[in-house]
Amino acid sequence: MKAFDYAAPASLPEAVGLLASQPSARLLAGGTDLLVQLRSGRKDADVVIDVKKIPELNEISFNPADGLTIGAAVPCYRLTADAAIQSHYPALVEVASWIGGTQIQGRASLGGNLCNSAPSADSIPLLIALGATALIAGPAGRRSVPVDEFCTAPGRNQLAPGELLVSIQIPAPAPFSGAAYLRFIPRNEMDIAVVGAGASVTLSNGVISAARVALSSVAPTPLFVPAAGESLLNQMPTAEALEAAAKIAQEAASPISDMRGTAAYRRHLCAVMVRRALELAVARAQEIN
Amino acid sequence: MSTTTYNVIGTRPVRHDGADKVTGRALYGADLQLARMIHGAVLRSPHAHARILRIDTSKAEAFPGVFAVVTAADFPEAPADKIVDFGEGDTMLSSLRGNILASGKVLYSGHAVAAVAAVNAHVAAEAAALIEVDYEPLPCVLTAPEAMAPGAPILHDDLPNGNVAELIRYEMGDLDAGFAEATVIVERELDTATVHQGYIEPQNATAFWSSDGRIHIWCSTQGSFVARDASAAVLDVPVSQVKVTPMEIGGGFGGKINVYLEPVAAMLSKKAGRPVKLVMSRRDVFTGTGPTPGSRVRVKIGVNDAGKITAAQAWLAYEAGAYPGAMVGPGAMTVFACYDIPNVLIEGFDVVVNKPSTAAYRAPGAPNSALATETVLDEIAEKLGLDPLELRLRNAAQEGTRRADGPRYKRIGCIEVLEAMKASPHYNAPLPGPNCGRGVAIGFWFNAGLPSSATLSVNADGTVNLIEGSTDIGGSRTSLSMQAAEVLGLRAEDIHPTIVDTDSVGYTGVTGGSRTTFSTGLAVHDAAQIVVEQMKARAARLWAVDEVAFSNGVFSANGQSFTFAELAAQLGATGGPVSCSATVNPKGVGGSIAGLIIDVKVDPETGKTDVLRVTSVQDAGKAIHPAYVEGQMQGGTAQGIGWALNEEYFMDTAGDMRNGSYLDYRMPTALDLPMIETIIVEVPNPGHPFGVRGVGEANIVPPLAAVANALYRATGKRLNRVPMNPATILGL
Repeated sequence: MKAFDYAAPASLPEAVGLLASQPSARLLAGGTDLLVQLRSGRKDADVVIDVKKIPELNEISFNPADGLTIGAAVPCYRLTADAAIQSHYPALVEVASWIGGTQIQGRASLGGNLCNSAPSADSIPLLIALGATALIAGPAGRRSVPVDEFCTAPGRNQLAPGELLVSIQIPAPAPFSGAAYLRFIPRNEMDIAVVGAGASVTLSNGVISAARVALSSVAPTPLFVPAAGESLLNQMPTAEALEAAAKIAQEAASPISDMRGTAAYRRHLCAVMVRRALELAVARAQEIN
Repeated sequence: MSTTTYNVIGTRPVRHDGADKVTGRALYGADLQLARMIHGAVLRSPHAHARILRIDTSKAEAFPGVFAVVTAADFPEAPADKIVDFGEGDTMLSSLRGNILASGKVLYSGHAVAAVAAVNAHVAAEAAALIEVDYEPLPCVLTAPEAMAPGAPILHDDLPNGNVAELIRYEMGDLDAGFAEATVIVERELDTATVHQGYIEPQNATAFWSSDGRIHIWCSTQGSFVARDASAAVLDVPVSQVKVTPMEIGGGFGGKINVYLEPVAAMLSKKAGRPVKLVMSRRDVFTGTGPTPGSRVRVKIGVNDAGKITAAQAWLAYEAGAYPGAMVGPGAMTVFACYDIPNVLIEGFDVVVNKPSTAAYRAPGAPNSALATETVLDEIAEKLGLDPLELRLRNAAQEGTRRADGPRYKRIGCIEVLEAMKASPHYNAPLPGPNCGRGVAIGFWFNAGLPSSATLSVNADGTVNLIEGSTDIGGSRTSLSMQAAEVLGLRAEDIHPTIVDTDSVGYTGVTGGSRTTFSTGLAVHDAAQIVVEQMKARAARLWAVDEVAFSNGVFSANGQSFTFAELAAQLGATGGPVSCSATVNPKGVGGSIAGLIIDVKVDPETGKTDVLRVTSVQDAGKAIHPAYVEGQMQGGTAQGIGWALNEEYFMDTAGDMRNGSYLDYRMPTALDLPMIETIIVEVPNPGHPFGVRGVGEANIVPPLAAVANALYRATGKRLNRVPMNPATILGL
């Protein structure tokens, strides 16, 4: 690892100012991706800007009207311990507890997971299913981008030079709604998703009134499949309906073969994992409220 | 079965190094700090097979903070036909040296090409990246069947049979007549992937080449004397010029017998005039050290109506990696080692391929071949409608059984292990539900003898210092201390073991071959007996008698008695301290049989295997420290299950390993396995005073086949390749 300069701004304006003068700087929250990439030579850095000391990036806030705001540097262990998240976003607690092991969760953040923009990112399909948006700050001020549009290629995203992620905003859960993220790994922990599936479902009088489906590890970016969710609208959540939605998601996938699985196996898993995620989301929608 | 009663042996004292290990005080190679020490980095080949046209180190040498750069050109030339043997079999010196730093050609992706020493590891890595190497890439070959095919790229011009470095053939009886007697014949071919031992601690070495010519090496090694002798051979200096201090070792499993960094650190130190430390990254460990061979094994077994095996044939091709020396010999010798078979033909091929040069891994070669034998037997048992353990019992090797490679067994515990499996609570419990299957298999490992030395010094307070040279991987400080304590009538806690450098103890072979508790244990036993004799003589002098008895730690004669401690306090007044040494080179090695029962559940939609219940059974001869024996059984089982289910070197077509990290190599974690139940069988080895056989290895032999057999029962499919991962279970 080459030597680099390190800065830890204490406010968002200071960070934006620093970034304006060092547009190639690497941003560090927990560092669980960046430091590994620097050590292995996959990335290099002249300047690293640590965003952990910025108060706004460390906030978690929830209210029933606006929903949930998660600061970009909030580590996973704070999400899993948060009472409001436990009660309103149980799937988010699961995802935060699956990213790395206990030590990693003390550092790793959902903001970092989003900005690392890996096709296999565990949190992104769920954030897409939940309809989350990314709040971005930069030299031109602030802007919001839907998470389903945030990633543009493996390791690439909508952040322009000089911009940084401030927070992830998730709408308040609708009554009779549920969400889930499931990933397939050959082991029980500490692995990268061969296929991941996020799903959310809202029921009105037992009929599906809203649904969103997204996949990980089957395309160059986490993949939002609007048609899968739309196919469920005005349907009862029957096994056939969920299976049909899962097939639509499977058709949208364009997996590759690599050391984590063959394309054929991933394609097969798409249908299995989406169906199972939908089943869990429906069960949650039926049990709460 | 073992009937002798002991005071210390068979108990479970706290390990002597426990406090150091759990408090982090134990010193591993990477912890070492020396005055004026500098740090190194190794440049490795990105090509699996290429000619080196030019190496230009000038930019690296000019880089600020760099002290020295070395390539193969800095090492003495290896005579073309010089053979070296460090107790583990013959090796060509040219292969050993060629693997340390490539010259002429690189033979695998990860092959070391050059090394740099600099003020710190980061500067060294930056400078290493400035070394210019011009390669002429050559076609690569990555599997044994491909390497044996006509027209395959050839790795070494000097091998007589293309890429086949050695051909092994064992024959016994009349094979055709044997198969003619059979009523059921099954033949299957199974492949295994290259896998790594997966020790936690990466290889490391620190060396200081003093201006007086003395070379001091600190490293993580399974054998300090082997590391000394191999380093001396590579550096072409007398062994007495090298001193190796073994640091604590974070796992080896056979992979830390060979030297990789030691001679490089020494040569860098010679050039720099300072101590140089080299530490591998995890990727270096995967691509630059020795995994165990991938293999193709074909086995054909014929059985008559009575369930007796009438003939067995095996064909084995093992991937040696870049240099000759796949473990096909032991694979061939163990393939039918559990059974009494009259007519046998075994052919083995040692095949070089463009992968890292393979090394030992826990019963090296045996799991690959047992996979084929034990799955074929499972299929035969099913065809005959026989319980799979019953079929094995009808053919089990016993005292006097002759193996096709020659030896006849002395007392061996094959029947006892099978009976223990059959009687176990696990084997008699029902399976929990659908998609579940139970598999069984057994396996054999020779174990090793080799020389060992030990010194015991009696302290005036009645305790005893034990000086020995076996690096402690699995609790051997304690298992050796317990043997001394048993002879001396003391407690294990009264023995203070220390592992010392190669200048400070007699020659001791590697901690490998399951030999330490056996061989070094014998040295300790013999030294302790000399201590007893000398102590008796002191008591005789004090009491003015001719004969002194010694029993349970008490010396006595004519109604007078001394405890060991009372007599120890009088040594100064009776002629001075007592300090005794013994060096042994034992022949009475006792092989070990192990068996495994495993229950799995397979998700029919994803192909994921959950391991539900596992029972490991092994003949320990005599379990000196039962908890450590159980630990060995559980460790070997865990590694074998990982090998069976998910582990493999995933290579791209260019021979580059794509999963060289623990994230993607997919060893099982603690969350992937249940508590592994253990049943220790004790059929004492007549070749050891306490009956010790050695327990480190046989336990990894059955899991591959046991998992395959369990998967068959769960899914109805017989797969022909390990790892049997979720995608292959679904055929995707």
